[in-house]
Amino acid sequence: MCRTLKFAVIVFPGSNCDVDMYHAIKDELGEEVEYVWHDTSSLEEYDGILLPGGFSYGDYLRTGAIARFSKVMQAVIKAADDGKPILGVCNGFQILLEAGLLPGAMRRNESLSFICKPVELKVESSTTMFTNAYQEGQTITIPVAHGEGNYYCDEETLAKLKANHQIVFTYRRNPNGSLENIAGIINEKGNVLGMMPHPERAVDTLLGSADGLKIFQSIVKTWREAHVVKA
Amino acid sequence: MYKVKIYVTLRESVLDPQGKAVTNSLNALHYQEVTDVRIGKYMELKVEKSDRNIHEVIDEICDKLLANPVIEDYRYEVEECVGH
Repeated sequence: MCRTLKFAVIVFPGSNCDVDMYHAIKDELGEEVEYVWHDTSSLEEYDGILLPGGFSYGDYLRTGAIARFSKVMQAVIKAADDGKPILGVCNGFQILLEAGLLPGAMRRNESLSFICKPVELKVESSTTMFTNAYQEGQTITIPVAHGEGNYYCDEETLAKLKANHQIVFTYRRNPNGSLENIAGIINEKGNVLGMMPHPERAVDTLLGSADGLKIFQSIVKTWREAHVVKA
Repeated sequence: MYKVKIYVTLRESVLDPQGKAVTNSLNALHYQEVTDVRIGKYMELKVEKSDRNIHEVIDEICDKLLANPVIEDYRYEVEECVGH
């Protein structure tokens, strides 16, 4: 019998989606989860790392720019090197970009407005450890809530993202001006996913959609398969 | 002591939605001669003299934290000043 997985929700000063993330894992997914403060130096005991949304350090200077230098980010980089699943949502995605764990950068939304609404996403890749519970090409509904989700990278990087199938989610209707409708990308190794939409806010039909739950279920499925083979 | 004035701007190749909105607003105020606005950040640093070259230190600071090289450029001016 497999043990339960233990997730870490990293909390920075100004994170505000940490409680939703915790709830999604504990109550909807049914796995273990702990809050981990940004000055922690080791994440060895966790099977998966979640960087929640919010406004870490007040978005001062640039979104994610200050958070990426917090102590815990060294441990996040180590966990990424170790191949552990790392999911950054919204501000978490922005932090992963600033930390260089994912390529590109975020610009202000084209409309200059903060956008908060459910959006339709296309699952571009269902072979990743975060999306293998979806069908490729499937449309899912997950809310966005951001002022800076306008993804940008240079042409060379974009060509690489396409060639390696690193674009995981795209918007059906682009809400923010994002390059190539990009909503979420994964690193080359396939264990670090960043996305602007909030899957943790779409884990119960009572709240409008449960489409986001499959991201967390995919992580668990991948982990169980890997660990059963080893046993 | 040095006073360093740093200007961080979006790269030419990167669209500036804020600058575009301000351009449109100025045009609406009948300043048709304004064809483009780019919005950036201005920062002033007070830096104590050390055995490191000041330009080397400021370049490092800008590359590491103050600017994001993926979308931003920076330039700066260094002035000597009296510390207090």
